[in-house]
Amino acid sequence: MPQLQVTVGSASGLHARPASLLVQAAARQTARVTLARPGQTAVDTRSLLSVLALAAKQGEELELTAVGEDADQALAELAALITEDHDAPAAR
Amino acid sequence: MSRLLDGIGVGTGSAAGPVARMAPPPALPAPRPVADPAAETAAVRRSVGEVAAELADRAERAGGVAGEVLEAQALMAADPTLLDRVAALIAEGTDGPHAVTAAYAEFRALLTAAGGYLAERAADLDDLRDRTVARLLGLPTPGLPDPGHPYVLVAEDLAPADTALLDPAVVLGLVTVRGGPTSHTAILAKALGLPAVVGCAGAAGLTDGQLVLLHAAEGTVEVDPEPGAVRRAAEREQRRRERERGVSGPGRTADGHPVGLLVNLGALAELDGAAAADAEGVGLFRTEFLFLDRAEAPGQAEQTAAYRRVFEAFTGRKVVVRTLDAGADKPLPFATAADEENPALGVRGLRTATRDPELLETQLAAVAAAARGSAAEVWVMAPMVSVPREAAEFAARVRAHGLPLAGAMVEVPAAALRAGRLAEVCDFLSIGTNDLSQYTFAADRLLAPLAALLDPWQPALLDLVAATAGAGAALGRPVGVCGEAAADPELALVLVGLGVNSLSMAPSCLPAVRAALAAHTLGDCRELAELARTAADAETARTLVRRSMNAELRNA
Repeated sequence: MPQLQVTVGSASGLHARPASLLVQAAARQTARVTLARPGQTAVDTRSLLSVLALAAKQGEELELTAVGEDADQALAELAALITEDHDAPAAR
Repeated sequence: MSRLLDGIGVGTGSAAGPVARMAPPPALPAPRPVADPAAETAAVRRSVGEVAAELADRAERAGGVAGEVLEAQALMAADPTLLDRVAALIAEGTDGPHAVTAAYAEFRALLTAAGGYLAERAADLDDLRDRTVARLLGLPTPGLPDPGHPYVLVAEDLAPADTALLDPAVVLGLVTVRGGPTSHTAILAKALGLPAVVGCAGAAGLTDGQLVLLHAAEGTVEVDPEPGAVRRAAEREQRRRERERGVSGPGRTADGHPVGLLVNLGALAELDGAAAADAEGVGLFRTEFLFLDRAEAPGQAEQTAAYRRVFEAFTGRKVVVRTLDAGADKPLPFATAADEENPALGVRGLRTATRDPELLETQLAAVAAAARGSAAEVWVMAPMVSVPREAAEFAARVRAHGLPLAGAMVEVPAAALRAGRLAEVCDFLSIGTNDLSQYTFAADRLLAPLAALLDPWQPALLDLVAATAGAGAALGRPVGVCGEAAADPELALVLVGLGVNSLSMAPSCLPAVRAALAAHTLGDCRELAELARTAADAETARTLVRRSMNAELRNA
């Protein structure tokens, strides 16, 4: 199972807009990708409610795990979305 | 055949269009056993899909930031983890509607526990839950309707949360089953300049798509109106708009008697709109907004900054600041006692200064600091003044801070009856007609069954206005009206006829009042005032004035 450590990039954490972008991208993947704080229960990245409920702050380390077809590619794409700062003026 | 429904009119215009009803949140039926869990789960999936598709469609049409918010809502509605949880609950024997409700409650608890920004999103989940359950039960979608064309909104009553989303470009008019002339809906309709009929019991029977013609001035809703009636109303509406566009600048009667036209200001968010209005200034700056939803009063620096913004926006114009009016329907933890059995008759308004003098001192110091170096003309007044001694003490405090103009609000009959004594010790008086009605008729402003008593056309209320205005005139002190009454163009004429010098209202109400004044002389206003004061009751007063006024408008 490919895994990846990622750091939350958005200034306000994984809140509505960054989380929505992540969830929309996850829904397009064939692989099933989960997100967790190290050592804690993982949540489905296609579930906006679960991702929001993580309440992950900027700079927090999270763990992405992928299962299935094109797992590595899915991980890379979702990791990029999490580490980017979507609240930076240039990202809007 | 058309038929007529009666209610209480708000505003003066008319509007015709198809009805769109605002459905209430669905009531959850009693739990029932699940015979076929697979079918039950499939039904939930279908409903969820429909709700998500509807929200996604709205998101696309809205675009921009609103579109992003709606898109996130669509994602939440179709959340796979939520659906898994619903399926698990159904497998355990819970029926669809209860499973949806329970699953949303679990996620709501998670978001609330996360606190901050996420806790605020919890209310979104309630909306999604209601939409999904309504679909499942085959009930209409709750919340503001979105039929895709302009409509007349019909609702039981409107909650502040619903009305915040109301788009005046799509909503032609409002009809509510409940609510009185001072209800939230009525105030909102006035602020948006929408014609409305509230407290219209017959509206409960209206259905989506039914054509209605509402006349705000008459307080009637015509169901299935004749095409001719719709056309005539549209023509009248256009003439009214043209007449309003034809006058601008300071308020005056047809023979040049000046009447100050001012705006009410209740939050900094309204500041730009208020400053842009064709008004001579602010007649009522409600400072409560700074204090609401807080555990402690804001400090002097924070208050000064807020007041300065207002004074800067009104450079060269007048701003009448009302000091904190806490208590009654606006309790504040640091200013209101929790053990008052009758808060409207409790320690509220200026009375809170006897319990906590610092609260008022800090506020006056902040107003004074903001006024220094400002080119706005700052007036300060106190709410709920009942006896002359209170007015004198307040005026002394205001002047001690270097503020030159101190006034008293006239909101209780005692103040109106002794207005002369009040006027002797301060610089101006301002009548708050909503509270003055409440205390004159011993009728709680928030109780719909007493709405008729709170009608600002009540001759007894007009007597108290006349007493106040007369006392002010005798001493050369200006007397203003800053309650709902000032925004009614017909009643505004009566108030001017009674001797009131200025009228303060929502910015959207100014054009109609200005046009009414421009079409009548001071003598006309005095005659209308006499008609209203000598009428047997509020309804007769309104009818008599309207009849005479319309005749004059025809001659004009």
